[in-house]
This record gives sequence, C-alpha cells and structure tokens, in this order.
Amino acid sequence: MLNTILLTLAKSIDYDVLSSAKNKELETNEKWGLAEESEYFANKVKLYRQDKLNADEFRRFRLQNGAYGSRLNSEFSMIRIKVPGGDITPTQLEKVASLSESFSIGSAHVSTRQNIQLHWVQLEDVSEVFRGLAEVGLTSREACGNTIRNVMCSHFAGVCPNEPFDTTPYAKAIARFFLRNPICQNLPRKFKFNFSCCPEHGYVRIADVGLVPTVRDGVRGFRVYLGGGLGAASFIGHLLEEFTPDSRLLSTSIATIRLYDRLGNRENLARNRMRYLVSEIGWEKFQGLLLKERILVEATISIPTRKSYDGFLNTGDLNNTSISSTSTKSKITLPVINSNSGDTPYTRWLNTNVVAQKQSGYYSVYITLGAGDITSSQLRIFAECIREFSLEKKARTTPQQNFLVRYIKADQLPKVFQKLSGNGLGNPGANTIVSTVGCSGTTSCNLAITNSHRLAKEIQSKFLELNVDLDKDFVDSSIKISGCPNSCGQHEVATIGFYGGATRIGTSMVPIYTMLFAGSTGENGELGKAIMRVPAKKVLDVVLKIFEYFKKERTGNEKLNEWIYKISNGNGSGEIKNVDDMKKLLLPIIELPAFSTAPDFYKDYGTDTNFVAKTARGECAA
Amino acid sequence: MRCLSKSIKRKKNDVKAKVKAKVKAKAKIVTKRVKAKANPPSTPSLNFVCDIDTLRTLIKKNRVRVVDVRKRDEYLKGHIKTAASLPLAELLSNDDPESIINILNNLGISDDTWVVIYDDTFGALASRVAWSFKFVGHRNVALLEVTYDNWKKLGLEIERKSNKYSKVSHSIDIDYSIFADAEYIENAQNDKNKIIIDSRERLNFLTEHIPNSKNIPYTMLRSENSILRNPSELKRFMENRGIDLNNEIITYCGSVGTLSGLAFFALKTAGISNVKLYPKSFKEWKSLGKPKTEFKDANYWDLSAE
Repeated sequence: MLNTILLTLAKSIDYDVLSSAKNKELETNEKWGLAEESEYFANKVKLYRQDKLNADEFRRFRLQNGAYGSRLNSEFSMIRIKVPGGDITPTQLEKVASLSESFSIGSAHVSTRQNIQLHWVQLEDVSEVFRGLAEVGLTSREACGNTIRNVMCSHFAGVCPNEPFDTTPYAKAIARFFLRNPICQNLPRKFKFNFSCCPEHGYVRIADVGLVPTVRDGVRGFRVYLGGGLGAASFIGHLLEEFTPDSRLLSTSIATIRLYDRLGNRENLARNRMRYLVSEIGWEKFQGLLLKERILVEATISIPTRKSYDGFLNTGDLNNTSISSTSTKSKITLPVINSNSGDTPYTRWLNTNVVAQKQSGYYSVYITLGAGDITSSQLRIFAECIREFSLEKKARTTPQQNFLVRYIKADQLPKVFQKLSGNGLGNPGANTIVSTVGCSGTTSCNLAITNSHRLAKEIQSKFLELNVDLDKDFVDSSIKISGCPNSCGQHEVATIGFYGGATRIGTSMVPIYTMLFAGSTGENGELGKAIMRVPAKKVLDVVLKIFEYFKKERTGNEKLNEWIYKISNGNGSGEIKNVDDMKKLLLPIIELPAFSTAPDFYKDYGTDTNFVAKTARGECAA
Repeated sequence: MRCLSKSIKRKKNDVKAKVKAKVKAKAKIVTKRVKAKANPPSTPSLNFVCDIDTLRTLIKKNRVRVVDVRKRDEYLKGHIKTAASLPLAELLSNDDPESIINILNNLGISDDTWVVIYDDTFGALASRVAWSFKFVGHRNVALLEVTYDNWKKLGLEIERKSNKYSKVSHSIDIDYSIFADAEYIENAQNDKNKIIIDSRERLNFLTEHIPNSKNIPYTMLRSENSILRNPSELKRFMENRGIDLNNEIITYCGSVGTLSGLAFFALKTAGISNVKLYPKSFKEWKSLGKPKTEFKDANYWDLSAE
C-alpha cells in the first residue's frame, strides 16, 4: 500500500508556471559580484557582534563592501548597489525587487550617481542581500568607503544623436579594472569617474575624473577634466589637455589615482577629496605632476595589466548592444502618434518622457520616479516592460533618479505607456523641472539635517497637479535638493538648488534651505550661486513665486533656466535685473507667521514633532 | 518518511528503505523540502509543511482533511478537492481551546486525522489556524507549501462543491509550550536565552515595537514559489542573526498572530525546537499600556514609494 501511494505520485509538475521570470533573456550584463564576499561579510558581522572585531575596523570593512550606516541607528544599513554605467537588466531589477521585499522596506531608491540603494536592512541580513546580488552579477563592493565609486556614464551613451562614439564600454572597462584593484583600496577619500556621451549630457565637471568623448584625426579619445566635485566646498574640474587618445585612458586614470593616493590629504577629513589637493597645490602644478606620472605609468605598466584592461574593454564592446540602423545627424522630432493631441495623459507623457535616438525609428523612454523611489512590484512590472519592448533588453539609471529604457519602436509607445501608467510609472515631466531630485535626507542618512527627500516628492506632486509639465518653458530646468551641504542631491548643478540646514527663528529651531540659482551640468557646467535662505515649509511658495515673476519678466521665448542664468549674472531686464532684486521681492514670502499661530511652519516635512537638528558622524556621501 | 501510516506497515525494512530512497529522489526533482524526522510508524506525523505531490497523493487515497481558511465566498468559487471551509474569522471570533476543539469536531477531524491547511495570503492565515490546532493538541497538521492561487495556476485539482464531514470527537490536550501571553513576554524581555521576534514589516517595526524584540519580517520567510523558503536557507538566516537552535523564540506581529504564525512555522522548519506564539500580539500589548520602543530620529516612511 505504501508503495502504491508513493509510486503513484502525480505526474511531475511544471513549476515554471509559477515563475514570473520565465523566458528569461540571456544575461547580457557583466558579472560584478562574487558569492564568496557574502559569506565573508556574514562572518565579519559575527566577529563584530562577539566583540572580536573593533568597531572602527568593522566599519571600514563594512563600507568597503557597500553597506552604509543608517541614520542614528547602528542596527541597520543602507546597501548601495553599484550599477556601472547605469546599465541594468530586467533579471537584475527583479532580484533587487525581491531582495528589497525580503530584507529592506519593499522599495528601492535610485541615487544621483546611478546606484540603486536598499535602506534599513538589518546588519545581520546584509550578507543575504550580497548573496542575492552576486547571483545576478551585481555588487555593492566599493560603493562606499575610500574607493573608486560607481563609474557613471550618460544614460544616452550609445543612442545620443550628438555623440562621437558610445562611451559605455570605456566606463565599464574602467569600473572593472579598478574594482577590487589593490591600488585603490585605501585612497585618502572616495574617487569618482563620470563619462558623458556628448558635451551636453553628463556630469563631467563635478567628478574627480570627467570624460567627454571626442574624435581627432579619426582617433577616438576624450577631453579629460580633473579635480571637480560637489560638497561643502565645490570645484569645477580642469581640462587636462586638448585631446587624450583612448589608448591613454587607462594610464591617465592610473596616474591620477596614484598621484592622489600619494599626495592627497589623509589628515583632515574635511579636505581629503582630490579637488582640495588640486586647489591647494594649484592646477598647473598638479597638471605637470600628472603628465610626468603618466609617462612613468606608461613606461612601467606590465603587459598583463594592459591586456586585462583591453580584455575588459573588448568584452564591454561585445556585450554592448549595437542595434544597427542608419544614424541621423540632426535631432529627430517625435512623430505624432495620437492625432487628437492636447493634454491627455498619454500625450503629456509623450512630450516630456520620450526622446528620439540617433538610430532612426527608435526611442528612449523615461520612467519618472518620485525622488528615485520605486516599489518592488513596480520594479517587476518595469522589468517585464523592458523585456517586452526594449530591443537591447536593458535599462539605465539616470542621475535625475529616473530610469531610461531605450530602443523602443514608435508603434510600441502606446503599449509601453499603458503598461507603465497602469502601475504608477507613467508620470510625465522627466525632462522638465517637474522631475525633482532629492537625496535620501533624514529618511536614512546620518548627515542630513532636513527631509530633502520628502520635499522633492512634495514639489513634484504639486507640479504635476499644476500641469507644469505641459509648459515648454520649464523644459531643461531642474530643482535639486540636498538635506545638508554635502551635495548628494547635487543642488549646485540645478537651475534652482536647495540644501538643508537649521536656524533659530524667535525661540524655535526651524528647518531651512539655502537656495541657489543657475547651476548646470554638461561640459560647460557651472556651479550655482547661493541666493537666500528659505524655511522648508516656504520652499514651494518661493518656487511658485519665481515662476510667476519669470512669466512676467522674461523676454521672448526665454526658458526658465535661461532667465535664471541671466538674473544670476545681473543681466535681467525689467523689474528684476539681478539677484538682489529677486531677493527683495521674495523676502515677504519667506516671512513665517508666529509660532503660536502656525506651528506647522516650524516643523519639517514628514514629522509632527518640533524640529531638532540631529546628525551623527558621516561615513560617506552620495 | 512522514507519509507512513499505521495501515501500511512493511515487514521488510530494506524494501521500506528502497521506497524511501525513491521518494527522496522524486522529492528532489520537484524541489521539495525534507520535513520532520521520520517518526516511528505507530505515531504517524505530517509536520509543518506539506508539499504538493504529497497532498495530491493523500487526497487521492482519501487520507487527509484539507482545510480552506479563505473567506466563504472564495471557497464557494472553487477550492482544492475535498477541502472543508473554515474562514479564519470564524476561528478568531472565538479561539478559546474548547471552541477550537468544537471546530475540529465539526470538520470531522479526529485525533489521528492528517490535516493540511491552505490560504491565499502567503500562508499567514493558514499558519494561524494550524497553530491553533496544534495548541489544542492536534499533532498531524501541516501548511500546504503553496497558496491556492498557485495551486490553481499549476492546473491542479479543484472543485466547487461544499464538503461536509460527519462530526467526530477530538480529545483536548493543550500545548502551552507553544503559547505566550503578555506576561510571558514581559518576563522574557530580559532573558538572554529567550528571543522575541517581531514579524511585521520593517517600517512598522521601526515605528514601534516591544522593547528588546528583534525584527524578522514575514517577507523574509517566503520564496518565489513557496510560502516558506527551504529549511537550510531559513537556518542560515537564523545563524546570521546569531540565533542558536537551542534558543527559545517567541513570535508576535500586529494583531492576531497571522504573520507571526507563519514565522512560528518557519522557525520550526529551520530546526528551532522551542518556538512560542503570542497570538494576541502587539495589539493587545499596546491596549495593556505596556512600554514600547519607538524610533523617531528618521523619516523612513518617506522612502517608501507606496
């Protein structure tokens, strides 16, 4: 009888039916993660908990592996998943979704440096997240700490109508070469590479090494900018030389890192980024030392080292989807897909979230997130969407905390919109001021003073409510908010930027933002100028007032960013000629009512208790 | 294996071993878990989690009472073949031991009936019912490894007719070793060998929790296709957390012990022998005005994209 029971077991079942990811694509992304690092981390946590590893030593190890301490609570970590070049596959996104659901808060967060962060993970579970990441080739190794951070690359690289060549393989080869490389495991401080696709797109002037691709006499190369960066004191990077051929990219990078490693300030925590070194010894001296260093590197670089880099570059090139089609030199305008245009949700989305690629007939689609946040279920829908509609079957994270899906055919766009909008992912406004950037702020960061994250979301939803995305005057403008002066929200490269602080008004502490004007990105990027301080709960009013003055004062078809730039340089016409005029007009707006009559104005967003500026020791930024 | 029953005693042990090996191989193919240790044939047992194949076989052989704990109207739209309906709300409306025994009797479950319970809520509702059955002394009760939704997706046997079974008389033997109340929690708070586990999601835990409790969200426990991960994985999670198999663990959640019921079964399958459920959970704890730990130094709710 037992036999019969056991041998008549039901016919085998097709378990794939239950799997959401059947018909998975071949994994096209490089493998960055190592499974053994997960186990190693788990053991270190045990030793730390048993007091066999001191707190400082453990902290250094934890950061090296990409787990950052959470705000005022050492039980929890933020895991920063590196996304080299911003390039990520559906399978990887699905894994992030399930890891967030299991071990984090069920949402993931796209950072301004193209990472994806999981917050409030129990320290003891961090190794499990690492294990899962390694399964799909991802890693958070060297995402924090004094290392080479995520290598950024313009999300348009490969599809940008104005690019001389696709820089993605270079970005990935550099990332691969320096990941776990002994020469950069203990730098004076973190170190950042940013690649652009063209002079317009990319954050090349605010990185330690910023690279703009260019071709000279048929040779690929870069304009290399060094020593830029945002922070308590920010600098714009310097151009190393007119042309750096791609064959010298590796030696230039190694030389820069070696020089910084040798001369960088290891004493003063506040001045140990490379930009301070450049500023202290002067650009010309730094440049001279660097060019000499590069000769030395080139003379001594070993053949295996060189070959391993070339190998990475070639793999990257092969992995890189080149969906051939005729390139068009001029910018393409979108065909009208829905003839009864106007302001239907679809046309609104089409106007601000869909961009024509250099490959004719193909489009790139932005997914507008709220300050970079996306739920696990949305990530899964998004992953399906990529599989179904993108020919390259990958997506890119963007520094505006959004996603970009590329290689979509025109006739698929309505379906893409339908799928996205049915799941809260179809908001318009990606390339306008609506897509507000906000770092994580007091939601999870030790350094934060204000809730910049929530403020960014509040502004975005207000703008959507006011249909700001419909107004072409706000295209190419941006609002970026940091919760402290450290610039993870990149407030200094926004049309209107804000960074959080605290002040006393009367007898009450108040969350307050310093407002900056006229920052910009790209090869000609400039840093914004501080204008005035605005209490947190008055930021929206002030911004809307600026819009009002802009409409009244601008000349011709001037866009907001152009007008702001003019004002900040004292070239305004009419009532507002310069920053001082603007300040005078805004001062009445920022006046707070008495605490006793309106206590809410003295509190920060997302909290019903009185404001207190609480911070703890920082561990790393971005 | 656990599928041994009194009526199928084999004389030759070697034959039995062969069969076992075959079953094991089969179980592997369909990624099943190995459950409770083999019991002596005289005390058959079906512990913690029942895999799909085992349940189908048991249904075919009419050796199991399947209990559907979804809402009645869901049950009427379709349920696993032979299943009887017991909406969770019905059990919760009156969950003193005598009432639970009454429920068992009405479902035709006697002391040695094997019971397999399922829901459509990732096993949490089923767990709460299964725990209650264990609490009043029913030994052979297990959760179905998948939800009803997955069972249906797999195209397995369902039916619409309402199943009624003739009333029986179940004995009562309350197992206080798996039960905790507020007073018990209070005493456990400062005992390092006793670990209090909060099964709610992370943000709820951060907002407020029982002092000295640790958070293992129920979302950590399931895998893509099953209500619980495999035991080795769960065991590793506990090891990571520094939890020893010999520790006593008390689980609680928000209000009625469903999420923590799932945690109860997860910890059992991970091999922890002493697990207790605080069925009245945090809702009662708060209503009694007991102390809470709150974390107000961060605006973590604003990170959620919900």
